[in-house]
Amino acid sequence: MIYQLGPVLFMATLSLLFGVVVLFLVSKVGPKLKPTKAKLESYESGISGQQASTTKVPVKFYLTAILFIVFDIEAIFIYPWAAVFKDFLAEGYGSFILIEMVVFMATLVWGLFYIWKGKALDWE
Amino acid sequence: MRMDAMEAAINALKLVVIFGMMIQAVPLLVWLERRGSAFIQHRFGPNRVGPLGLLQLLADAVKFINKEEFVPGKGHRLLFFLAPILAMMPGALAVLAIPFSTPIEIAAFDFAGSTWGPYLLKVQGADIPLGIIYIFGVSSLATYPLLLAGWGSSNKFSLMGALRASAQMISYELAMGLAVVGVMIIYGTFYLNEMIDMQQGPMNFMFMGKEVIFPYLPNWGIFYQPLGFLLFLVCSYAEANRLPFDLPEAEGELVAGYHTEYGGFKMLMFFIGEYGHMIVSSSVVIIFYFGGYLIPFLSTEDLRQLLTGFVGEGAMLSLATSLVYLLSFIIKLVIFLWVFIWVRWSLPRFRYDQLMDLGWKTMLPWGLLNTFVTMLLVYLAHG
Repeated sequence: MIYQLGPVLFMATLSLLFGVVVLFLVSKVGPKLKPTKAKLESYESGISGQQASTTKVPVKFYLTAILFIVFDIEAIFIYPWAAVFKDFLAEGYGSFILIEMVVFMATLVWGLFYIWKGKALDWE
Repeated sequence: MRMDAMEAAINALKLVVIFGMMIQAVPLLVWLERRGSAFIQHRFGPNRVGPLGLLQLLADAVKFINKEEFVPGKGHRLLFFLAPILAMMPGALAVLAIPFSTPIEIAAFDFAGSTWGPYLLKVQGADIPLGIIYIFGVSSLATYPLLLAGWGSSNKFSLMGALRASAQMISYELAMGLAVVGVMIIYGTFYLNEMIDMQQGPMNFMFMGKEVIFPYLPNWGIFYQPLGFLLFLVCSYAEANRLPFDLPEAEGELVAGYHTEYGGFKMLMFFIGEYGHMIVSSSVVIIFYFGGYLIPFLSTEDLRQLLTGFVGEGAMLSLATSLVYLLSFIIKLVIFLWVFIWVRWSLPRFRYDQLMDLGWKTMLPWGLLNTFVTMLLVYLAHG
């Protein structure tokens, strides 16, 4: 099993090396100018910002991230089920596995309905 | 599956070639995009440098290399440089698992005093049995470079763009994940090569113990999963941050989104990431719904017989088959990449709340419905 991940490691190293080497070479080739104070300012429509740019983030995104984790893990649970569904049908356990997934999906839909009603999905 | 030195070297070289092809595809796609947009908007596009403007790419590359290195004053240096480097990785890693064609047999040969082989060279970076899971897992890492870029630039527009991008990508990943459950039920496997094999021949399936055959349709996934295909396609556009879902870089609102402070080659690396994502999504769509490298109405047996007349049996036959299938895959890929460009220059952009509503309140329920209906139909068809 592990030898299959050899190419993955190789490709990761390759793309990382490519990026580092190219950025290094490009930094040697390009013109060296001493940047002025105005040039180093953040590019924010001309007027320099009064506030630090990495402070406040709308909490809404945090909620989206949490909902994503909840639902994505549930979706992941469906994958192995989907892969063996036809095997179970062939073995004659079709109704069992079907009802199991119906219950699971009903829970999922209920959860979706709950956050929908709770206005967690609304953006103003 | 032990490899000797020669086989390992060949495989390493193959990976380098695949990586190089992904990098090389970017200037070509940029050219296609510029010419295509010009064609759609009744302009000329780049047509001065070289034949059809093809050398424009080379000129652009030279320009990118000669740009001044720039880091914003308040920016976080390490993150600022790390983001573009990491941006290329998800695309490169995902392309690895895509089967472009059938394996090539290499007969035993003499080299440096000893006999090597025979080998089986797969036209695929890595033959991973959990193909889909791997591709999804790796592609979802594409959120991190965008967040790093937004944070490292220390610019409010960059940060907003990065946040939007990540929220959008994870939302649509969810819908995408549910859209493919139908495909997994139909094929009953995660293995991409097996999926392609199942799409051979005319459309046929068992219904209530009787075999149903549609001789005029290929056995492609799209005929079993039309809704799943639509959902998957839309999600892959949102995942690649392409119009009509390019909110992260909406230039009317956010200057240029997460890459506002980037220029030169670092900017190009984000583009490589984006186009890599497009290539991967298109390939996955082709494999799930359009028979992968298969040619409709021409089974592998027939093709091999046809080619035997030209190249004979053995290693040459496998090479010829592989090349024909590679060509077939590339033609399908180009069609889907063109659809990406076509959509970009035809549709207007969504508003952000509409975008999130579409993801959570439309795509997600429809994905669930698709799963449910597929499950019921497969169950009923089994009888």
